[in-house]
Amino acid sequence: MSAIYTTICYVLLAPLVGGLITGLDRIVTARMQSRYGPPVLQPFYDVFKLFGKANLTVNRFHSYYLVCFLVFIVMSGSLFFAGEDLLIVIFALIVADSFLVLAAYSTNSPYSCVGAQRELLQMLSAEPMMLLSAVGLYMVTGSFNVSEIASYGKPLILYLPGVFVGLVYILTIKLRKSPFDLSTSHHAHQELVKGITTEFAGPSLALIEIEHWYEMILLLGMVYLFFAFNPVVGVVAILFVYFIEVVVDNTNARVKWELMLKSAWLITIILGVGNLFVLYFVLHL
Amino acid sequence: MAFLKRSPWIFHYDGSSCNGCDIEVLACLTPMYDVERFGVINTGNPKHSDILLITGSINRQNEHVVKTIYRQMGDPKVVIAIGTCAASGGIFAECYNVLGGVDTTIPVDVYIPGCAARPEAIIDSVIQALGILEEKQKQT
Repeated sequence: MSAIYTTICYVLLAPLVGGLITGLDRIVTARMQSRYGPPVLQPFYDVFKLFGKANLTVNRFHSYYLVCFLVFIVMSGSLFFAGEDLLIVIFALIVADSFLVLAAYSTNSPYSCVGAQRELLQMLSAEPMMLLSAVGLYMVTGSFNVSEIASYGKPLILYLPGVFVGLVYILTIKLRKSPFDLSTSHHAHQELVKGITTEFAGPSLALIEIEHWYEMILLLGMVYLFFAFNPVVGVVAILFVYFIEVVVDNTNARVKWELMLKSAWLITIILGVGNLFVLYFVLHL
Repeated sequence: MAFLKRSPWIFHYDGSSCNGCDIEVLACLTPMYDVERFGVINTGNPKHSDILLITGSINRQNEHVVKTIYRQMGDPKVVIAIGTCAASGGIFAECYNVLGGVDTTIPVDVYIPGCAARPEAIIDSVIQALGILEEKQKQT
């Protein structure tokens, strides 16, 4: 029964919490740049405004792909918070991302297509580490089920420090923050325009923003799994990791895709696979 | 809806400006004036924006560009002509290749005179434009 409640809570509350985190993010970012910054509720104002704007769709598939994208993101997060299989969660997330790429390709706009190609590269960089973290959690707890991983009782971070650092590294890619905001960026950048979201306007753009909040809560949930032995430590860890992401976002310029791919895979191989090797020998010898 | 007033996203186009007004527009985004306090975001994309800021006069080469940008923006939208050149053509009005102010090409809602227009005046014009945006949204 509790799985149903947590799932309903996720579907209803994730946009609220995600929006608030984004609002705080924008204030902290502004303070780091010695600006005053917008109100905390600014992301909600933006989304409500976008729903009131004209919906400019390029073709009839455009909105359809976008709805599929949102449905799969919500499904992925719901499975996670219902305590289901972590692998299915990750695969649903990949499918969702693919729909966004399809939506961007369907427009034939050059900016949109460049954004879509970069989004594919971002997926290529980030997904191996996502899967490895699921494998790492399985090696320690003996289960892919989120509910069993969360109730394992021991601090998983002590078994999987390398995997955790790798996950935090690719979190920058997944949250679309600098230096890895290649496909689209929250800040105005002229040379990319808006990348993958260029052709979305009005309500469609609002849906993308809401989807981003759902995805953010899901990813922070994955961070929480490493500290699930103590909920207070878990929440502190989430806030700390997000703060680190904001600091990195504000202190780094966007890199080229080659560096993103190479560094992400290097981190995945050295920290992720290395951690799993060590763990295997510790557990079996 | 009141949300339009709280989140005006701007798009900035340089007609044939001397860059004086452009720098003043960008100065509004710096820590000194920080228009993000009011929810203003400088987007790089006309499809995402509500307010079109144009500096400089319109000439025969950028006439169709301005029209295209205007068409790409979703309703409701407003146009602000920043600086004397954008308002009337300024000292370039008599040039053989200059059509004149922005209103020779697309409808303009707010004019700001000045060479260059002050950042305070630009912020004030955006606030005025918000009232016009709301009226336009009620009409649609």
